[in-house]
Amino acid sequence: MLGLIVNPVAGIGGPAGLAGSDGADVQARASQRGGASRAAERALTALAVVASARPGIRVLTVAGPMGEDVVREAGLEPVLVAHPPVHTTGSDTSAAARALADAGASLVLFAGGDGTARDVAEGLASVGRVAPDEGGRVSRPVHGEGLDTLAGARYSTGGVAGGLDMTLRAYSTDGVAAIGIPAGVKMYSPVFAVSPRAAGGIAAAWLVDGSLPLIEREVLDVDEAALRRARVEPQLYGTLAVPYRPGRTQARKAATPADEFAAVRAAARGAASALRPGVRYLLGPGGTMSELARELGVSKTPLGVDVVLDGRRVLADASERELLDEAARGPAQAVVTVIGGQGFLLGRGNQQLSARVLGALGDDPLLVVAPEQKLIDLGGRPLLVDTGDADVDAALAGFVRVITGQRTTSIYPVHAPEHEGEGHAP
Amino acid sequence: MSLPVAPKPALRRFHQASWDEPIIFELSTPGERGVLVTGLEAGVRDAVGDVVGDLPAGLRRAVPPALPEMGQMRVLKHYLRLSQENLGADFNVDIGQGTCTMKYAPKVNDQLVGTPALTAMHPLQDPADAQGVLEIVWNTERMIAEISGMDEVSLHTQGGSAAIWSNIAMIRAYHEANGEGEQRREVITTIFSHPSNAAAAKAAGYDVITLYPDADGYPDLDALKRALSPRTAAIMVTNPEDTGIYNPAIKEWVDAAHGVGALASYDQANANGILGITRARDAGFDVCHFNLHKTFGTPHGCGGPGAGANGVSAALAPFLPGPRVVREGGADGSASSARFVVREPGEQSIGAVAPFFGVVPNIVRAYAWMMALGADGLRAVAEIAVLNNNYLLKKVLEIPGASAPYATGRRRIEQVRYSWQELFEETGVTSEEIGVRASDFGMHYWTSHHPYVVPQPFTLEPTESYSMAELDEYAAVLAEIAREAREDAETVRTAPHRQTVHHTHHDDLDDPERWAITWRAYQRKYFGIPADSTEAAA
Repeated sequence: MLGLIVNPVAGIGGPAGLAGSDGADVQARASQRGGASRAAERALTALAVVASARPGIRVLTVAGPMGEDVVREAGLEPVLVAHPPVHTTGSDTSAAARALADAGASLVLFAGGDGTARDVAEGLASVGRVAPDEGGRVSRPVHGEGLDTLAGARYSTGGVAGGLDMTLRAYSTDGVAAIGIPAGVKMYSPVFAVSPRAAGGIAAAWLVDGSLPLIEREVLDVDEAALRRARVEPQLYGTLAVPYRPGRTQARKAATPADEFAAVRAAARGAASALRPGVRYLLGPGGTMSELARELGVSKTPLGVDVVLDGRRVLADASERELLDEAARGPAQAVVTVIGGQGFLLGRGNQQLSARVLGALGDDPLLVVAPEQKLIDLGGRPLLVDTGDADVDAALAGFVRVITGQRTTSIYPVHAPEHEGEGHAP
Repeated sequence: MSLPVAPKPALRRFHQASWDEPIIFELSTPGERGVLVTGLEAGVRDAVGDVVGDLPAGLRRAVPPALPEMGQMRVLKHYLRLSQENLGADFNVDIGQGTCTMKYAPKVNDQLVGTPALTAMHPLQDPADAQGVLEIVWNTERMIAEISGMDEVSLHTQGGSAAIWSNIAMIRAYHEANGEGEQRREVITTIFSHPSNAAAAKAAGYDVITLYPDADGYPDLDALKRALSPRTAAIMVTNPEDTGIYNPAIKEWVDAAHGVGALASYDQANANGILGITRARDAGFDVCHFNLHKTFGTPHGCGGPGAGANGVSAALAPFLPGPRVVREGGADGSASSARFVVREPGEQSIGAVAPFFGVVPNIVRAYAWMMALGADGLRAVAEIAVLNNNYLLKKVLEIPGASAPYATGRRRIEQVRYSWQELFEETGVTSEEIGVRASDFGMHYWTSHHPYVVPQPFTLEPTESYSMAELDEYAAVLAEIAREAREDAETVRTAPHRQTVHHTHHDDLDDPERWAITWRAYQRKYFGIPADSTEAAA
């Protein structure tokens, strides 16, 4: 059966310029500024597609504005599994997700943003179908982009000075699928359909043939308070099993996971052949760096910085102090990839490569390695560096040569984060 | 009084013929023949002797060829049916294959090259008996030299990528001749230049550096300056780029390259909007190439026939590919004393990249096309192509969900790489699905080279050939499909509905173990019959 959760305050902070809608005080301020949620309207758009495919079906949902109202408006029959209070919070979303799963929902359709996705993942985790991973790490393989995303997430929870909670709360799902109806302000998580209509189409297809393939996708969220200070630090909170419809036409022309992997491997091979003897290479985190280590035949700490000299790993999971010591021993260069979709080279997920370390690496401190598609996916936005030291950032800004394959490189602009958001092109 | 005919709908109710025609390999019947050749009469045999026995052993078949065996009428029907299951350039408003310059190729030029005066000729025959054809080749070279501003031109190559290969091979030979072959190991290109430039440079052994557009969507001059060094062998760029954006700083690009001792190579496959307006040499380029089959009005599809033209400055002339047609004598200005000969490539030439001195039928078509237009006509071609493109740009941008990223709000030259990203985000319908649906309206449509830098791309190049009514019709089809994507996405997703072929099984085309473009390969791969035995069996 289909389950529906609407976060009735999702997106309320967007028009109000509040960079999100998390927390009661933000929601109150958003209301004062005339903010209104688009969640109900967007959920209705999605349900209209479901209703045209399966008229009058029953939908498991939550009383009132968290789902019931929309289900009725779409002409479908609500089956209520929870009765939340008038003013709902994230815990009501988690409880609703749990209740939907217990009532037998096979697909949870939720309207909201990243915060809602995070609550849904948490709720589904607690029913036992989704198990928190031991040790706070995601054990399930996360391919390609995911590794880099994970690397960023690990750092921002575990490495920020001031001793925040070191535990990464990560879940992996079995059984209940979920897909987001995009209705929030922040939607960094790849668990949302491209549009409400598309979400409805996938739900309808799920109900009609029940055999859509599932893909494990990350649930990311950013600290909204930091975001309001123009810092984007997505953290990984878990994963959801998301159904998708494979392309029906000319799929071979589109990039496939195999193509993506080949591109990462080509970039790694290009980097491997660019390494010189006698130079200490400080390999940062990320899937591309792991592939480079494989090319070199050395082990790699997936989320740490390892030091490689003449084809051997001489130091694993190095701290800033240890990296400074390594840099003092002879010529050295940091090797990094593009972290996630934001385009960060430094300052996200690899803060061991600090301003002090970079300063100790000399005039040519960085070797950047990434498949061409990662640059293309930036959509014209520049690469970013944020070492926390304005002088170091200024020295790194300008253009960087990115190794994209064997004997292929691209020259790409680099900005310091205060430039973030400025369109480069288009 | 009007005829009692129902008015035509705004959009064509196109429907392609569907014959369920097997492939010709499946139609073979052992023993069936198209022509039964009668035996030789005794008198003839006595008079000529054993003709086959006189052939060199290497030219004689040991076994008959493994061809399908069919009667004439079945062959005729087979190909006529296939011809109806086709969306050919002469049927549709063929502007959807942007970058390919699908213009009208005048039929009279086809008739010219179909005359026995040309079809009976052979590239190895005595030049004394081929002066007319050789003169056409030579004159075409001179016209291309005038159009590009270059000193020398070779028509030797047989297509665009072969011409691009020749460009980089000449550049490599030039640097080697100057003792800088080891030093200059890098070639710089842009992400929106045709990918054959990067591919050819890499195949020639160079490290390839790709540049991205600047904040205004133009090729980034600052990035170029950052990339240039004494290691640079050349810049290899397209202008206008595949986005249709013309680099207004192109002279500065060339000067910057020359400043570090590098050469500048100009991919002029996109020349249709600049004929008679700008010239490669005037911007300082050292090397350029044209695709005669695109800009110069000869019919072409994905498989050709193509014809390349390489133009160079005097310094690069010794390196041009060949053989080439050259004129001897005639220095007194009298055409009557000039003779045209085929000259083998010289010592410094990169040599032959194809047999003989060019694809003569296409060279004759291009010659006829240019002669019919004259210099003013060539410029008019460019002006109308640009006008058509910018008219279509305005029409397409009126369709909700369509956009033209990069250099937003500015005019383009001869083509535009558009984006359906907004429509995709709203409906989940992809550009590729829209392309398949377009064929239901009898229209061809193409997305982009890979990688897709513009998201959900489509590339339209209306050329000078199409009328305003045809451009309106094409735009109306796109608008209709965009409406369908919003209101009835399944119709678009499950397209085509009015085509012969439903969905192509790309796996069969991508897997070397499964593709079969010859009878022998088909027998071997699908029936496990070894190549030798199929020959013997046939």
